Amino acid sequence: MSIQPVLLWSDALLFVLIAAIVVLVLWARRQDAMRAAWGRVAQDGMAMAAATVLAVFVLIGLLDSLHYRPRLEATPGETGAATPRYAVEVHSALDALLSDLRRRSEKTYSAPLATHLYSKEALADSTQREFPRLKHGGAHLGADLASHEFDIALRVSRGCAGGIAVWLLLATLWCRVRGLDFMAVVRVGAGGTAKGAATGAVFITLLAILLLLGIAISLGGAYHVFGTDKVGQDVLYLSLKSIRTGLLIGTLTTLVMLPLAVLLGILAGYVGGWVDDVIQYLYTTLSSIPGVLLIAAAVLMMQVIIDTHPDWFATSAERADARLLALCLILGMTSWTGVARLLRGETLKLRELEFVQAAQAFGVGRFAIMRRHILPNLMHIVLIALVMDFSGLVLAEAVLSYVGVGVDPSTISFGTMINTARMELAREPMVWWSLAAAFSFMFALVLAANLFADAVRDAFDPRSSA
Amino acid sequence: MLAYIIRRLLYAIPILVGVNLLTFALFFVVNTPDDMARMQLGVKRVTPEAIQKWKAERGYDKPLVWNSAAAGSAALTDTIFFSKSVRMFAADFGRADDGRDIAREIGTRMGPSLAIAVPTFVLGLFVAISFALLLVFFRATTLDFAGVVLCVAMMSISGLFYIIGGQWLVSKVWHLVPISGYSGGLDAGKFLILPVIIGVVGGIGSSTRWYRTIFLEEITRDYVRTARAKGLPERVVLFRHVLRNALIPILTGVVVVIPSLFMGSLLTESFFGIPGLGSYTIDAINAQDFAVVRSMVFIGSVLYIAGLLLTDISYTIADPRVRLQ
Repeated sequence: MSIQPVLLWSDALLFVLIAAIVVLVLWARRQDAMRAAWGRVAQDGMAMAAATVLAVFVLIGLLDSLHYRPRLEATPGETGAATPRYAVEVHSALDALLSDLRRRSEKTYSAPLATHLYSKEALADSTQREFPRLKHGGAHLGADLASHEFDIALRVSRGCAGGIAVWLLLATLWCRVRGLDFMAVVRVGAGGTAKGAATGAVFITLLAILLLLGIAISLGGAYHVFGTDKVGQDVLYLSLKSIRTGLLIGTLTTLVMLPLAVLLGILAGYVGGWVDDVIQYLYTTLSSIPGVLLIAAAVLMMQVIIDTHPDWFATSAERADARLLALCLILGMTSWTGVARLLRGETLKLRELEFVQAAQAFGVGRFAIMRRHILPNLMHIVLIALVMDFSGLVLAEAVLSYVGVGVDPSTISFGTMINTARMELAREPMVWWSLAAAFSFMFALVLAANLFADAVRDAFDPRSSA
Repeated sequence: MLAYIIRRLLYAIPILVGVNLLTFALFFVVNTPDDMARMQLGVKRVTPEAIQKWKAERGYDKPLVWNSAAAGSAALTDTIFFSKSVRMFAADFGRADDGRDIAREIGTRMGPSLAIAVPTFVLGLFVAISFALLLVFFRATTLDFAGVVLCVAMMSISGLFYIIGGQWLVSKVWHLVPISGYSGGLDAGKFLILPVIIGVVGGIGSSTRWYRTIFLEEITRDYVRTARAKGLPERVVLFRHVLRNALIPILTGVVVVIPSLFMGSLLTESFFGIPGLGSYTIDAINAQDFAVVRSMVFIGSVLYIAGLLLTDISYTIADPRVRLQ
């Protein structure tokens, strides 16, 4: 099947961001202070375990950012393949990997691992209302429902075995390459702070992830692991798709905010005078408006623009994407004030130091001083702000979507999942699985981000290392 | 002191003017009233007459900033900018889309908002500071480490989870209090207790960690060593000396939000059906009632600026060395 690659704006920006990170890493490798600080992060078992979890989330997010439009099968009567036609729907590489999960939708809600639908229906061959069988969940069992539990246990153990096998393979391979003793690494990782604890912690985290992955793959082939939602979509699929939205909001917002904050913060601090007054006035005014309200006002206005210009977007995916980007832009515009204030204060201090005065005495230009002498000394603040903001933004997305000023309702995100699921809490028996899935995925992502951010802050903040 | 306060109040005026101009630009220049009318009435198949009627009903049919048809000062006053934005300085917020007076609505909804926000704030502050002092008392032990990990875990849980989970457990499974609703007077207690507890629990993680950092920074100071050298027990050192000296950083973060308590909490109020300003705002956002959103933005920034001023004044009370000039 031939495909037409689609580059959504958010994908492009995400790849730009990754390129920027690569450049930064190359730059940091040459800086002794940076290398030492990252070395401290790399020795921290908890931080590296969190980084492993984050890496898995990022991988899923990146897979979900390779978009394409599948080619439509030519209809039989049609000749002339000169202009191949492509589907209007935009898929991603993740969709292709999970095509089974995506296609096997049920009629409506079904509980995790269930074989029957959540609600009773009148069946054709019976006078009573009964729970109909699911089309896909447990379909391979046929009439043999008694073996349902045994089948689940079998699949779980098979998944565990697969996960352990892959883990052993990866871990021994890694030890072979690095010349480490496998058993010693695992023992240290399980309960020590000794040297090499970080590798052990990564191994153990990896084991947990691979176990979960193995179970998910082996169960997911025949059941809906997290059940299905109102229109019968697999909740596991929705949760995995939500990861990209969360990551995008957490990272692109910072990408929007940082240049503004860095430029204005340094200018205000270094140049001083009326420039300082204007910039201070700007950020005091912006920060005096309650965040949610400013975001709500801006998003409402953006909705009006998007709704009155339907001709701007070729596909609905592009429209949803534009809305996601606009949300990042708005969040960025409203959140640069805090970092700018921090950078201004730090620049004020740096301005008085000897090396800056020496540069001034040599006749180095203002902007050269700011770029070459001030900015590198502020990088740790920028980095800390970057990692600390991430988790807050992921959580904010869910709240904003609830308030009605978040992502487009057609975009799959934790916020939209929670928002649609919360309507059903009053039902009896309760439909809890969509909420549980969204909250647990979000918790894993945010907890990993928080733990990693803490380690980065401890390593880079000169105050805490003393 | 008085001169300082007056100067700060004067300084607040350009900021409020800035906020006012910003909201004006957002709501009337980025999108013309025609766009808003089309959106409210449905994008397709809307007649120009219907748009005109919609605008006339809300007073949006005037020129934006300069009415060349009017004579004298009316050229400035008979405009959208004057009637919608400048009038806010006189606490005249106009009418919401449902025809009710926004200022009156704010007056009646302030009570329920405060009834939730004040107990949550006071209790949350008390609980978080107590926990933080406890962790600092047991610093560098397993208890401290476990406490910090617990805080990080609690911070990582979405606020929506606390609300949804709390409502489900307390109201649906245990049937202790009603799920949502509100009534005035003493009856309000049973409606308020759950949202207050959830608000406190939801905030514990981040604030405990924040206070713990403050206390730990304070505990390395010389006066603490002196106090210990005098033979004072650790308990006295923490509660009498460290707590009082840590007041300045604590006040910086805390006092600024006190005036904003009036605004209420968007999430809590809408989940628990409390008729406060938070649910008012959220309803306005969902109904795209721009007049209400505009008013709330303005009030919010007034309260924030009041909070900044209060913070400065509170410094002089907490620390006699601080003089405001």
